[in-house]
Amino acid sequence: MLRLEKRPTPSKTWSYATPVLAVVLTMIAGGILFAMLGKDPFLAIKTIFWDPLFNEQFASYSRPQLLVKSGPLILIAIGLSLGFRAGIWNIGAEGQYIIGAICGAAVGLAFYPMDAWFIFPLMVIAGALGGLLWAMIPALLKTHFRTNEILVSLLLVYVAEQLLASMALGALRNPEGGGFPGSRNLKQYEAASNPELIANSGMHWGIVAAFIAVIATYILLNRHILGFQIRLTGESPRAARFAGVNPTALILICMGTSGALAGLAGLFEVSGPAGQISIDFNQGYGFTAIIVAFLGRLNPIGILLAGLLMGLTYIGGDLAQFMLGLPASAIQAFQGMLLFFLLGVDVLTNFRIRFGKVEAA
Amino acid sequence: MTSLLTLEGLTKAYPGVVANDDVSFEIAPGEVHALLGENGAGKSTLVKMIYGLVKPDKGKMTLNGAVFEPAEPRAARAAGVAMVFQHFSLFDALSVAENIALGMENPPKMGDLAARIREVSETYGLPLDPDKVVGDLSAGERQRVEIIRCLLQDPRLLIMDEPTSVLTPQEVEILFKTLRQLSAEGTAILYISHKLEEIRSLCDGATVLRLGKVVGRCNPREKSASELAEMMVGSALTPPSRASTDFGEVVLEVSNLSIPSPNPFGTSLKDVSLTLRAGEILGIGGVAGNGQDELLAALSGEALAPRGAVTLHGNDISQMGPTPRRHIAVLAAPEERLGHAAAPDMSLIENAFLTGADREDLHKNGFVKWPAARAFAEKIIEGFDVRTPGPHNAARSLSGGNLQKFVIGREVLQRPEVLVVNQPTWGVDASAAAAIRQSIIDLAQNGTAVIVISQDLDELMEISDNFAALNEGRLSRPRPAQGLSIEEIGLMMGGAHDMEVAHVEA
Repeated sequence: MLRLEKRPTPSKTWSYATPVLAVVLTMIAGGILFAMLGKDPFLAIKTIFWDPLFNEQFASYSRPQLLVKSGPLILIAIGLSLGFRAGIWNIGAEGQYIIGAICGAAVGLAFYPMDAWFIFPLMVIAGALGGLLWAMIPALLKTHFRTNEILVSLLLVYVAEQLLASMALGALRNPEGGGFPGSRNLKQYEAASNPELIANSGMHWGIVAAFIAVIATYILLNRHILGFQIRLTGESPRAARFAGVNPTALILICMGTSGALAGLAGLFEVSGPAGQISIDFNQGYGFTAIIVAFLGRLNPIGILLAGLLMGLTYIGGDLAQFMLGLPASAIQAFQGMLLFFLLGVDVLTNFRIRFGKVEAA
Repeated sequence: MTSLLTLEGLTKAYPGVVANDDVSFEIAPGEVHALLGENGAGKSTLVKMIYGLVKPDKGKMTLNGAVFEPAEPRAARAAGVAMVFQHFSLFDALSVAENIALGMENPPKMGDLAARIREVSETYGLPLDPDKVVGDLSAGERQRVEIIRCLLQDPRLLIMDEPTSVLTPQEVEILFKTLRQLSAEGTAILYISHKLEEIRSLCDGATVLRLGKVVGRCNPREKSASELAEMMVGSALTPPSRASTDFGEVVLEVSNLSIPSPNPFGTSLKDVSLTLRAGEILGIGGVAGNGQDELLAALSGEALAPRGAVTLHGNDISQMGPTPRRHIAVLAAPEERLGHAAAPDMSLIENAFLTGADREDLHKNGFVKWPAARAFAEKIIEGFDVRTPGPHNAARSLSGGNLQKFVIGREVLQRPEVLVVNQPTWGVDASAAAAIRQSIIDLAQNGTAVIVISQDLDELMEISDNFAALNEGRLSRPRPAQGLSIEEIGLMMGGAHDMEVAHVEA
């Protein structure tokens, strides 16, 4: 009989090995899924993981896309990981991402057609503030009325989506757009655009911000007292209180930071790759970032790698839809499996498997 | 007399440790048999084997002449073995009868069960109202619920694990009356304890365990407490010593402190007042759950007190949180080691930083000085003989006693002016406990004002200058510890908590 035995200390080896194992298991289960849909599983896996980077025909287009897709995932996931470490569950990054984009774009559009160096920095600030304020709603409700931040932040995503539609159709609609929904294209308004910094690399300011966030968070968690308090609160709230951590302040800081980073991701997206506020502007980065955060073990370097991997499945998934006719929902199920397997094999970090009879110690 | 239960050569090994090594003894029907030993001597493992929770590697048990190999507690209960655990497994929000029904295989109708509970409780002098909610009961009454739960099965052998640790001396007397009556009716009792006087007054025979082996058998009535202690520990213990009792000026003053408990089944502090002088050790006794945790929280700063209730050298510190209080050298060590005093999965370095950050100067501009934190952790490990492979190990990998030494050492080394400790030696072996007590005494000798909250009255009598007791959130007036009789202490702790011996009519 199988049984689990708690390890005296969490296994270092397994904490690194479980994400890899989860990826392998996802490939196997995903392969079975694709086979059941009547596709060649090996070809499908190759199309998702290999072709976007190394296939001569697609790589020149796909490779830059890797950074474009991974950037916002990493930026959002880094913010979420702070809260997740402290046991504060911001599930509404998607909403904060939308609000950040709306606020940032609105500031840029307000200056149209003026040309000045300060417009883009102002937009960046507005985007971060928008996300931060949207995240403050669940945070303050939690600290003042003990509401559940998971529910509130999640439901605010749907509010944000309605707001997005209203903006695309109303206040921010392009007056010269012939009545079509959607704002002016910021790519065509230089002072407010977030261009590719190096041609054909996919690199834009959002990617730079993501890398800075990774490094800053790494230092925060490992060297700074605030990072220690965040980890301590997640480990053991009572010990954190004893150590003098103020739980209210910590909730506001973690929710605020994750909201601001999600808002920044939204701003860089709307001013860069997307170009405009449209009804279907949000692509689910805010939700996928939750998977990225856990796949990366809530560790900044891990999140960087996980973000790149997840970005790859996005591009590869598109390619598989296009080349093999796989349904989009199959790709989403495939991405979901990754989190499922990760949480499943995660048990190996803290427990070891023993074969034998059950016995109480 | 034929024996009821016979153990022959029981052995049980866990990875790295032999918990029981070739243990044999017998219990006759109606005998009250003591199982004596320090923490970690293997008492718990042994009774878990008898109760079917653990399977022995080797050895044989016979009950009433038949081979006895319980695969699970249910089988042990069916064979007539019942056990009252040290930690109660009761639901606060349910009534007594509902709690008892939950533990039964085929619970009768609630009305019938309540009648049976009343009947058993009256027969054995354990008054208990089956309709009362468990959350409202005192610790002694909760224990009665567990005992009655066992008695309803008509056991032939009743195992009691450290039953008096939650009782006042008066409640202990009531319990002993019940146990003697049970024994007179032929029920054998296996009584686990390390309290020697109790064993001498209650038990007919004793088996002494040390490091998993039987090291002695005796009739405890014929031995002195110190002889029993020597058998248990294996060497003569030197009790902590202290020289003079010269107190300085008043350091800490608590006046009319009342704090409602945040927890619905917690205890609110009511009108607590005390003064503490430099160099004084104030022992605070009381049955668990009478406001100990709440008092510690109010003194450590985890719970803020009303303005003016807590003062240090006349300055109001009531509204200060834990960090500012540490800054002015008011330190604390809570009872719960894992999850309160220390973060279980964090390393000893991080746990040293947890309370030492400020006073040991372990951070600069918000950045942690990990090398300094590591040095501080190593200083604690060395100074307090903490047995661990190194400071990088997680707190939960340490044994209870070692972690306790770490937690106490961490505060002692930070030169406190006031130190508040709750249950400093709970679950710690005798030599480690002696070391911890000595370090507390040394600290007081050097002018620190100390409050020791504990349920171990012997410990409090050994080290305290003054003694007070917490009872339902109220603190009795502190009195000099020297010369207090056990009866007086018991009355300060609330006497029998309105529990009376039922009048036995038979």
